[in-house]
Amino acid sequence: MKKYYNLRLFGDKISFLVNRKALITFLLLAAASAGVFVISTGTGEMKISPLKVVQVFFGGGSDMDRLIIQSFRLPRIIVALMVGMALAAAGGILQGIIRNPLASPDIIGITGGASVAVVGFLAFFSDKNNALTVSINWMPLAAFAGAAILAFLVYFLAYKDGVSPIRLVLIGIGLASLMKALTTLMMVFGPIYQASQANIWITGTVYGSNWDKVAMLVPWTLMFLVMAFILARNVNIQELGDDIAMGVGSTVQKYRFLLLMVSTALIGGAVAFGGGIGFVGLMAPHMARRMVGSAFGALLPASALIGGILVMAADLIGRTLFSPLEIPAGVFTASIGAPYFIYLLFKTRNA
Amino acid sequence: MTAGQAIATKDLTLSYGDTIIINELDLEIPKGEITVFIGGNGCGKSTLLRSIARLLKPKSGAVLLEGEAVAKLSTKDVARKMAILPQSPSAPEGLTVLQLVKQGRYPYQTWLKQWSTEDELKVRNALKATGMEELKDRTVDSLSGGQRQRAWIAMTLAQDTDTILLDEPTTYLDMTHQIEILDLLFELNEKEKRTIVMVLHDLNLACRYAHNIVAIKDQKVFAQGKPEHVINCGLVKNVFGMECEVTIDPLFGTPLCIPYGKGRCILKGQGL
Repeated sequence: MKKYYNLRLFGDKISFLVNRKALITFLLLAAASAGVFVISTGTGEMKISPLKVVQVFFGGGSDMDRLIIQSFRLPRIIVALMVGMALAAAGGILQGIIRNPLASPDIIGITGGASVAVVGFLAFFSDKNNALTVSINWMPLAAFAGAAILAFLVYFLAYKDGVSPIRLVLIGIGLASLMKALTTLMMVFGPIYQASQANIWITGTVYGSNWDKVAMLVPWTLMFLVMAFILARNVNIQELGDDIAMGVGSTVQKYRFLLLMVSTALIGGAVAFGGGIGFVGLMAPHMARRMVGSAFGALLPASALIGGILVMAADLIGRTLFSPLEIPAGVFTASIGAPYFIYLLFKTRNA
Repeated sequence: MTAGQAIATKDLTLSYGDTIIINELDLEIPKGEITVFIGGNGCGKSTLLRSIARLLKPKSGAVLLEGEAVAKLSTKDVARKMAILPQSPSAPEGLTVLQLVKQGRYPYQTWLKQWSTEDELKVRNALKATGMEELKDRTVDSLSGGQRQRAWIAMTLAQDTDTILLDEPTTYLDMTHQIEILDLLFELNEKEKRTIVMVLHDLNLACRYAHNIVAIKDQKVFAQGKPEHVINCGLVKNVFGMECEVTIDPLFGTPLCIPYGKGRCILKGQGL
């Protein structure tokens, strides 16, 4: 069987080289995401069969099933899916533009900026009884602002006739450590209740998702995911190094800035509603690379789906395994992802 | 054979910070020939090549590509006329040869048009010219040094430019692969009349393959011309600070430089 086929429409105006294996893998991943989505929706205090879940999706099912699914479970699972996709796609972009497989939203400090903002938010807007003086609905905004400010700071400090990948990552690591220190400092000085509240956020959880959040997160994430996919070929070229990228006529600095903004927007949205879920942004792109190869046109969508699956699965385990106790999803992203990741590395070690 | 110049520099001054590397250089590089820059370490030959490829902004002066100032052309337009292969490039893990070579088509692509019939044709030709057809689905990191360099050259060929710049394309290759790469470039020049400009460290190989040698010293061009005309003991002494004998390559009749030095005489406590 041929490895590639040519997709050409309107006399080459739309033309892509499609890697057959990557396409099949992508479709399988999409099916797996849908599967996890349905299973997760049906699992909880009240079990609902996958068939009934699908019926509810298409407007059928009993009133009880509809209530549980639509009011309690769906928003949370949709948020988990979006958060996972956003973090994984952003991680992939960062690894590409920084040209380092260790790059991820947490490493270059963007998540750290959000953490500081959230801990600060809890500290400044709490009264003596640990009750918030403003609505908790402002917390996502604080997280988003923290992420965005930090990304700009990294870019600004790394700037010297444009930004080089190495400056970007070093400044990022420096700021990430600083943010970590600030977060710890504020948690130590604040009351213990706040610290534990903040800790749950930092670990990352999609607990407390509702349709309002879905309505904000879904369009935001999808919009920037589409942008990321459009920009994929520019990540490809940046991965070959600045000299090659400039040699083939790419405006490297412009696209680096754009790509950094797109990944920041994705991360900002994700941490705003999912907290500091770690490891997904680092691991999902690597898993995708093992499955579909290094071309970003295939890697980014595959990575996004893997991220979605990881966070949905982590949340599913978190809310069912020790039920009625809720464990933040962030605890499990690593514990379910890492073994599979190591398995993939092991399996492809000679490839 | 010269049909005008492919590249020229006018009053070109290059610097890193305050350190001047190349000073007010006027240079003409003939079209359709192989030009090789030679010079000692740190003489600025790579810097000059990078600046011609617009990877480094000149402090003052200009680089002209087919008579037009490179700085005034859009970077994509330049990329359709001139390709550069920098020194020891690296590809990300898992990238296949085909995926790499395809990147050479970047200046012709848009986000919806990423694999036109012409793209396919040029990529296929590039793979064929470099003998990489059989290896196109292998990952770049799994190739030998020589194959890897051929893959990168294929990428610059896919760019379909009249001029190709290469910065030390034979570095880190063993002798067999050095010859293989240079033969390939020579053949491309012969068959397709592409202008090739490269930096080489090996003076003898430079003499064997170049039509035109540019020796760089003290921020200036020290000498330029056919290897037979410019390479002699005096030049080598001046440019490299090395005593040598220049004789004739028994195979190709080009100049062959044999350096002095102590060699085995060190043991006897005497040198040549």
